[in-house]
Amino acid sequence: MTRARRKKKLPTILTYLGLLAGLVFAGFPILWMVFASVKSNAEIFALPPRLLPEHFTLMAYGSIFSDPTKVRFFLNSYFVAAMVTLLTVLVAIVTAYGLSRYTFRFKNALSVFIISTQTVPPITLIIPYFGMVVSMKIFNTYYALILTYLVFTLPYAILLMVGYLNTIPRDLDEAVKVDGGSSWTALWLVIVPLAVPGIVATAVYTFLLAWNEFLFALTLTKSTEMRTVPIGIELLMGQHAFEWNEMMAMSVLGSLPLLVLYMIAQRWFLAGMMAGSVKA
Amino acid sequence: MTKVLDPSLLPQASLWSRSWLSHRRKRQCVPWLYVAPATLLFTALMLFPMVTVLRYSLMDGAIAKKDSSFVGIRNYLEVVADPIFWQAAAQTLYFTVVSVIFHLVIGLAFAQLLNSDRVDPAIRGVLRVLFILPWLYTAVIIAIIWRLLLDPNGVVNSVLMTLHIIDFKVEWFSSPGTALQAVTFANIWAGYPLYMVSLLAALQGISKELYEAAELDGANSIQSFVHITVPQLMPVIVSIALLDFIWTLQVFPLVWMTTGGGPIHATEMLSTYTYKLAFSSYKFSLASASAVLILAMSMSVTLVYIKYQKAR
Repeated sequence: MTRARRKKKLPTILTYLGLLAGLVFAGFPILWMVFASVKSNAEIFALPPRLLPEHFTLMAYGSIFSDPTKVRFFLNSYFVAAMVTLLTVLVAIVTAYGLSRYTFRFKNALSVFIISTQTVPPITLIIPYFGMVVSMKIFNTYYALILTYLVFTLPYAILLMVGYLNTIPRDLDEAVKVDGGSSWTALWLVIVPLAVPGIVATAVYTFLLAWNEFLFALTLTKSTEMRTVPIGIELLMGQHAFEWNEMMAMSVLGSLPLLVLYMIAQRWFLAGMMAGSVKA
Repeated sequence: MTKVLDPSLLPQASLWSRSWLSHRRKRQCVPWLYVAPATLLFTALMLFPMVTVLRYSLMDGAIAKKDSSFVGIRNYLEVVADPIFWQAAAQTLYFTVVSVIFHLVIGLAFAQLLNSDRVDPAIRGVLRVLFILPWLYTAVIIAIIWRLLLDPNGVVNSVLMTLHIIDFKVEWFSSPGTALQAVTFANIWAGYPLYMVSLLAALQGISKELYEAAELDGANSIQSFVHITVPQLMPVIVSIALLDFIWTLQVFPLVWMTTGGGPIHATEMLSTYTYKLAFSSYKFSLASASAVLILAMSMSVTLVYIKYQKAR
């Protein structure tokens, strides 16, 4: 082997080693969780530790699906996340259209305000929200969650949609107006169909934010049948500190919708992920 | 212009051409109609709550007491006189700074590896998908994954004992000496992908010619990294690090689910401290004062962030 070739080979080996280390760092904890969910509780802490189960069992999944309380956590999460996504997307489309197509007084102030709301600490909002929700008599209801979730889903969604609408030529709106249509008609008949990729990105990312929310759900609901998946996992942790396989199965099921969305709509996830940091 | 216009009128916007509004005035209204729903929502869900929390913080026994009265800044004085508040502030800062540094280092390292043309693009594509995974998981799940791995009888301890790095079962989350490090580590694991993705996109945007020119001038790979890569990435690094700093200051679920702020306040964060004041002790006024102080800190960093974004 010549010296020049050896010189080239070492960095390549190092790069592969680095990638392998990264794979273990990122993937091992997740694999451990997935395999723990198909082990018995005794096996999870068996010595020496083994990643793959010796006796594969779906017991943990069985006990989740046979328990209506736990199934309810999932139904709640799906319902709340779906409603939040629907409302967020509708409001974001309309708002983004206004911001993308018009110039008006305070427009800049409004944009800066929307961007800066992303950085308001949830802990600061939850105390007044608790007071508001109790006095509106919607404590421990879906309304409380759906309404308050909009505060953190909307800023992202609007930023994403403005970015997307800005890429659609304004001539299209003008064409509709020349034909006697209003801007409202132009929005729904021409712009929205063209903006479908942007809308999907917004919806996927909104769903993720709503699905993962913890603090508001913890504080604004109380009864077990109103709890969402993250709080369900917390309850499981408190009640059966030793049912590790069930907690892991809950986590696998709780991350499944996001994994599926991510695998289908990877490109759009990344768009959402970066929206806050680069579109501002 | 005020926001008195009902958004439900929007679909009939075309009818307005025959209304009393002059054409010009009508045209001025249209954009406001579009932004009205969001403006109303933000007023109700953002401005009003901020005024409310400020009001609570100046009252005595907000929410809990029926006849609470104005007490001025007494709650603030009580909060800043509490050593636990300052301990929580210091720990939050430590947690945040260490997290941001490691997020950046790991994110940049992974981005560089994934951008390397020494590796087959197909492999890089698959690995990129896998490296983002930790970011998908909600804090609660991250918390219980690490509670399982770092359990005294868990896999991390048994590997470390086999390698003779430790000689007894460390209770990572429940001993005061290691709890803060363990929580910070879990957060580092969960938070690097945002940097990785953004920096990878930025790396791919750097012109190859810059590197070729540097190579012709005799620069080695470290020199190209320091003099080309880092300056080119700087705008992205600064804006993501600032955002991450703001968001990490607000950490709640991860700490709540791993240590709950314990043992004996060893991992108390400003958020858990405030949450406990409000929802465990029902001292809503004190909690509000603490929440307003957190808001002020967050907002000052946010101002830096907005200034930086505008300057770009």
